[in-house]
Amino acid sequence: MTEIGWIDAALTSARPQAVAALVRYFRDLDQAEEAFQEACLRALKHWPINGPPRDPTGWLILVGRNYALDHLRRRSKSDPLPDDEAISDREDAERDLVERLDSSHYRDDVLRLLFICCHPDLPATQQIALALRIVSGLSVKEIARAFLVSEAAMEQRITRAKRQVAAANVPYETPGPIERAERLGVVAAMLYLLFNEGYSASGGTEHVRAPLCEEAIRLVRLLLRLFSAEPEIMGLTALCLLQHARTPARLDADGAIILLEDQDRGLWNRDLIAEGLALVDKALRHRRPGPYQVQAAIAALHARADRFEDTDWVEIGLLYGLLEQLQPSPVVTLNRAVAVAKVKGPAAGLEMIQPLGNKLAGYFHFFGVKGAFLMQLGRSEEARVAFDQAIALANTAAEAAHIRLHLDRLMKDSRPA
Amino acid sequence: MLYAILCYHDETVVGAWTKEEDAAVMAKLAVVQEKLAKEGRLGPVARLMPTTAATTVRKDREPPLILDGPFAETKEQLLGFYIVDSASLDEVLETAQELGRANPGGTYEVRPVLYLNSGNSGNSGNAAT
Repeated sequence: MTEIGWIDAALTSARPQAVAALVRYFRDLDQAEEAFQEACLRALKHWPINGPPRDPTGWLILVGRNYALDHLRRRSKSDPLPDDEAISDREDAERDLVERLDSSHYRDDVLRLLFICCHPDLPATQQIALALRIVSGLSVKEIARAFLVSEAAMEQRITRAKRQVAAANVPYETPGPIERAERLGVVAAMLYLLFNEGYSASGGTEHVRAPLCEEAIRLVRLLLRLFSAEPEIMGLTALCLLQHARTPARLDADGAIILLEDQDRGLWNRDLIAEGLALVDKALRHRRPGPYQVQAAIAALHARADRFEDTDWVEIGLLYGLLEQLQPSPVVTLNRAVAVAKVKGPAAGLEMIQPLGNKLAGYFHFFGVKGAFLMQLGRSEEARVAFDQAIALANTAAEAAHIRLHLDRLMKDSRPA
Repeated sequence: MLYAILCYHDETVVGAWTKEEDAAVMAKLAVVQEKLAKEGRLGPVARLMPTTAATTVRKDREPPLILDGPFAETKEQLLGFYIVDSASLDEVLETAQELGRANPGGTYEVRPVLYLNSGNSGNSGNAAT
């Protein structure tokens, strides 16, 4: 990797912590971003000559803070601070100026920054967009591309969202344990949404947007590094890793969906699976089950099966049962029905999903699953109706195309010999 | 003399490499490893999972304290390591505690191995052959 490449990577990885600390200093998002931007420019100037500092994040925070203070002073015509040339990590000059920042300092800063993005009045997609802009540092152009909207529209959305969160006044004091746990829950949910936005895109032609998944994983890992004893954060990290591991096998060359049962498991990313399984193991030791851990445990069972036929559906059914207790939802029941049908047959599955019809009347997967059960039971006409409904509700072209394959098969079977 | 070369880097930077960048680095390292193997000088090579997968056993108390996350103190020094095969985290933590009973004090960090090349050097002593 070239030197500039290394610096770029270091700046990207330092960003969440550095901006979070600067937000604490300035209590202002724009000012913190500007200060970080300036610190990055100086890093690009100084690091190739002086070499990288031992603590790049600490360096960026300090230089960013000095720049902003200097800026303020110059505006108020008072004396400037010493030039940042003087701040050389090698001479440990900043040791007197700034406390060595370790993860206990960063922890609440990063959590606060992510939490600020999760303003309850903002729709979920705007929370995600804001986090990508502020925490990850993606450009508006990149975010606009990920959400398939114009750059101008995204710019406007982010500006509006920023104004809204600035007015929210999230307290800057160190949160108490209950408040911290609440923030962690809200932030975890937002990061999982970000992951899902990439994993099964909610609109457009592209069914998978891997960069969003990768960014979600980066942020979730960061959260886990900072909150290393939280089993739900372990579970969430494992869940993202185990699902993302399947990405290379999920779509064919034409972008059509390949179902789990038909995926070439040789394409699954074994490194991500190994790490995901290790994290599930770690989380289970705490014996404090939560929704992310249970979902990760389900993903782990899929990952452990060398062939689809080897899948432990009994255990998966039990885990969905547990998930239903922890987080009752018709979608979870739908998933449990799929597992039950694998063990007890399509009739049992169909019976389980009948009461869900009202609640899931607008849900693509409900009709996909219903159609599949009916098809397996030989009730072709009813299956066709369900599949038609599924197509009408499909979120992406790949989803619609996948259901059409079922319909084609039904048509062929119903044709007189 | 056998030497251990311990690898330190910023895991957030390495973790941010693309699959291609990571593979390129691993391929370059493999060239060096192969050369060492040809010379019969290569012992085990391990790439560890990120520190988020680590569990720490503090064996300076009884019973030992098991904590999530990596070993983070700077007052103690790395003095050695084991590579053991275990079916589960519970099993390897039990092993670590058994070792801890034999040698109390200090800390073990238990970290899953992502990749292992067992090498080809049969040298098991501490003297140069």
